[in-house]
Amino acid sequence: MRAVVTVIGKDTVGILAKVSTKCAEFNANVEEVTQSVLQELFAMIMVVDISKLNSDFATLSDSLISLGEELGVKVHVMHEDIFNCMHHI
Amino acid sequence: MINVYDILETIRMIQDDCLDIRTITMGISLLDCIDSDIDKACEKVYEKITTKAKDLVKVGEQIEKELGIPIINKRISVTPIAIISAACKGSPVKFAHAMDKAAKTVGVNLIGGYSALVPKGFSAGDIELIKSIPEALATTERVCSSVNIGSTKTGINLDAVKLMGGIIRECAEKTVDQACFGAAKLVVFCNAVEDNPFMAGAFHGVGEPDCMINVGVSGPGVVRAALKKYPDADITGIADVIKEISYKITRVGQLVGTIASERLGVPFGIVDLSLAPTPAVGDSVAHILEEIGLEKCGTHGTTACLAMLNDAVKKGGVMACSRIGGLSGAFIPVSEDAGMIAAAKSGTLCIEKLEAMTAVCSVGLDMIVVPGDTPADTLSAIIADEAAIGMVNCKTTAVRVIPAIGKDVGEELDWGGLFGCGPVMPLKKESASKFINRGGQIPAPLHSLKN
Repeated sequence: MRAVVTVIGKDTVGILAKVSTKCAEFNANVEEVTQSVLQELFAMIMVVDISKLNSDFATLSDSLISLGEELGVKVHVMHEDIFNCMHHI
Repeated sequence: MINVYDILETIRMIQDDCLDIRTITMGISLLDCIDSDIDKACEKVYEKITTKAKDLVKVGEQIEKELGIPIINKRISVTPIAIISAACKGSPVKFAHAMDKAAKTVGVNLIGGYSALVPKGFSAGDIELIKSIPEALATTERVCSSVNIGSTKTGINLDAVKLMGGIIRECAEKTVDQACFGAAKLVVFCNAVEDNPFMAGAFHGVGEPDCMINVGVSGPGVVRAALKKYPDADITGIADVIKEISYKITRVGQLVGTIASERLGVPFGIVDLSLAPTPAVGDSVAHILEEIGLEKCGTHGTTACLAMLNDAVKKGGVMACSRIGGLSGAFIPVSEDAGMIAAAKSGTLCIEKLEAMTAVCSVGLDMIVVPGDTPADTLSAIIADEAAIGMVNCKTTAVRVIPAIGKDVGEELDWGGLFGCGPVMPLKKESASKFINRGGQIPAPLHSLKN
């Protein structure tokens, strides 16, 4: 079971480190990371394993979203199923 | 890894283009609540709804969080109450109160099924229920009502049509202090469907299982945003873009329904492939039509664009989900669609054009505000016209018009929220009373004889 963490906004120092540290706190293993600049926006996409979380999904999601607010970036945490279902037959 | 472009596209659809799941609706059969003692029956109704739907809102919110997509409404539909109330004496309004109380307990915003099915005539309990609708809607907050007055198979029950014109007026009159909102909670159908998840017309048909989850998707904003990228495509190309985007929208509906059904332990019924607008900026069906190339929705060409849109939505969605049902098509509620409101205010969109549009899209004359002095017989005649379109075209049509008591053309009714606001639209002044008062049954059309 995996979730996709998307960070969109202005690039600042340490975003990757802070987001992955937060994931580690919840025992969410970061499996893949890609970073790119799309339409003048920094976009970092992380795929994290959420099968061994030490809390529920909602707490992880809220916590990452508020971290994003602190850093001035927009964070989305969404179950991978939504992407798989929309973009694959 | 999942494609970066796909991820960002999904996020943009949700964040910028108002993609959402409009409703998860739990259909609950009340057939086992029938009792000759009305109080006992109401108690059973309350008990059954609050037991079956106790986790509906919680599960809906969980899914919303996990998938990152808003699920705007969690709702309940029940067996048409006329069937339940037929067995007992006393005012059927008691059932409305039990439904309202149950809706509040489980936290759903609307509950549908204060309904009667009378396409071919009235059976025990039907007239009592229909006559109680104004009181039921005025004294409850979340209950919605519908009456099916005709079908392709049966023809149109003109006696019921006559009755409903008066009932709509009474609903508005009894709720003048709430901007006549009672009438906005009442739908008059021809060819009503049994698994519609959308309010106010949802009820749980007697052919449905005991309990069922149905999902209604949305996404006019997403369709419009997709079309914007193809300013020069020909109309075939436009239809293809709509199909592609509808597929994606519907897949989310299928996913949400599957998860909800697993977690609630209730079978998954259908996905209703509908483009349901809201008054929010960027969530309008009218704006899709304008994006295709109309200066204003309601002008010449609107019916053709809408027909193409409605068909493409179905073609795109059909492969994306296991079972399709409900109304499935583009909704055109005037007050709930920013583009329709603007078009109606400017005078380009008139009731005659809306009627033509309903021949090619999913529902009918929806959320239309009419002058407060409109006679009941004129409302009945509007219902009869709309039902005739449904009957002859083998499709669902509906009428949800709101007489703005004390108001006239140039004024408006404003409910706020998802229901929006609607300008009073002019109607013809000439009477149809003689026709409506003839009563009887308009016979079923020849093409209903298919066997």
